[in-house]
Amino acid sequence: MRGIRTGPLIPILGLAVGITAGVLLDPTVPTSLQPYLPIAVVAALDAVFGGIRARLDDIFDAKVFVVSFVSNVIVAGLIVFLGDQLGVGAQLSTAVIVVLGIRIFGNVAAIRRHLFRA
Amino acid sequence: MTTRETSTEKDPSPQAGGSEPPPEGPAAQPKRPRSWSVALLIGVLCALLGFAIAVQLRTVDSDQGLAGAREEDLARILADLQSRQDRLRSEIGEQQDLLEQLGSGGDSAAAAVEEARRQAEALAILNGTIAAEGPGLTITIRDPDSHVDATVLLDAVQELRGAGAETMQVAGVRIGVSSALVGDAGDIRIDGVEVEAPYVIVAIGDSQTLATAMQIPGGVEDKVIQAGGSIDIVPADRVFVDALRSLDVPEYAEPAPVPDD
Repeated sequence: MRGIRTGPLIPILGLAVGITAGVLLDPTVPTSLQPYLPIAVVAALDAVFGGIRARLDDIFDAKVFVVSFVSNVIVAGLIVFLGDQLGVGAQLSTAVIVVLGIRIFGNVAAIRRHLFRA
Repeated sequence: MTTRETSTEKDPSPQAGGSEPPPEGPAAQPKRPRSWSVALLIGVLCALLGFAIAVQLRTVDSDQGLAGAREEDLARILADLQSRQDRLRSEIGEQQDLLEQLGSGGDSAAAAVEEARRQAEALAILNGTIAAEGPGLTITIRDPDSHVDATVLLDAVQELRGAGAETMQVAGVRIGVSSALVGDAGDIRIDGVEVEAPYVIVAIGDSQTLATAMQIPGGVEDKVIQAGGSIDIVPADRVFVDALRSLDVPEYAEPAPVPDD
């Protein structure tokens, strides 16, 4: 949220907790979910970078962030799932990665402009 | 999220929980609980993201990701691995060929050097540029009346050569391909060097054959006796031909290129 002064702290803290948990627990990903996990990660990263950019633009909205985060992940997973059912899963996951990658690049460029004014 | 349009006005609220963007959403909601719950949600989502990243990194790292890979991905990975294997195999083949070439090259170079050294030794013995030893004869021709002339010695040299003498020296002069024996009895010069009786001939070869060659009727022994001299022929298992001559360097001839077959 725009007004939350502890804003940067909570996501970073959450990220650290999550990474620590993942490293410590070292869970095995179910085979059926393995194709979707990297897609979900990239989609979530897209949402996170979008959130950072919005925050720097001073238009951050927590609700939008949460919704976009969840919907990004779900839509990306659904697209890949659909592709798998249609037999073009590899191509569609490539497409999803490409699109999300372009968006991440754009968001990072905006963040960079904010931070370095260049 | 980035498309969200909100007012840019600064919210004056000093609360740590922040404020709601006024333009949308039910403004009546209590501020603190919602902001904290949303912040918590953000934290949880980020935690999930970190968790997923860590798990995914682990999965990729441990290679167990292949188990869940798609069929076409597996086929592509397999093809990649196969082409890489082919490349590596051909590389191995090339390197082995190279290794073999280098090894045999070293062998043949060493053999060539050995062969050249052997030839040089053989030629040096024939030319008289190095001392030689081996089985052979020591012939001593005494000429008290000075009737033995150069033709007798020349006969001796030719008979010895004909009988297979490999190298020899006459009165301390090494005999080579261009040796000349000239002069009258008592005044014999070999290659320009004046020699005096008794003439000692040392020849390397099959001593039996060489001795026989000296003793044929009308041969060297007969001629020396006719001239009033005497001859001693002493076979030995080991004689030394240690007189040297300088190498005959050809002035006009030069090696012709060997025609390739």
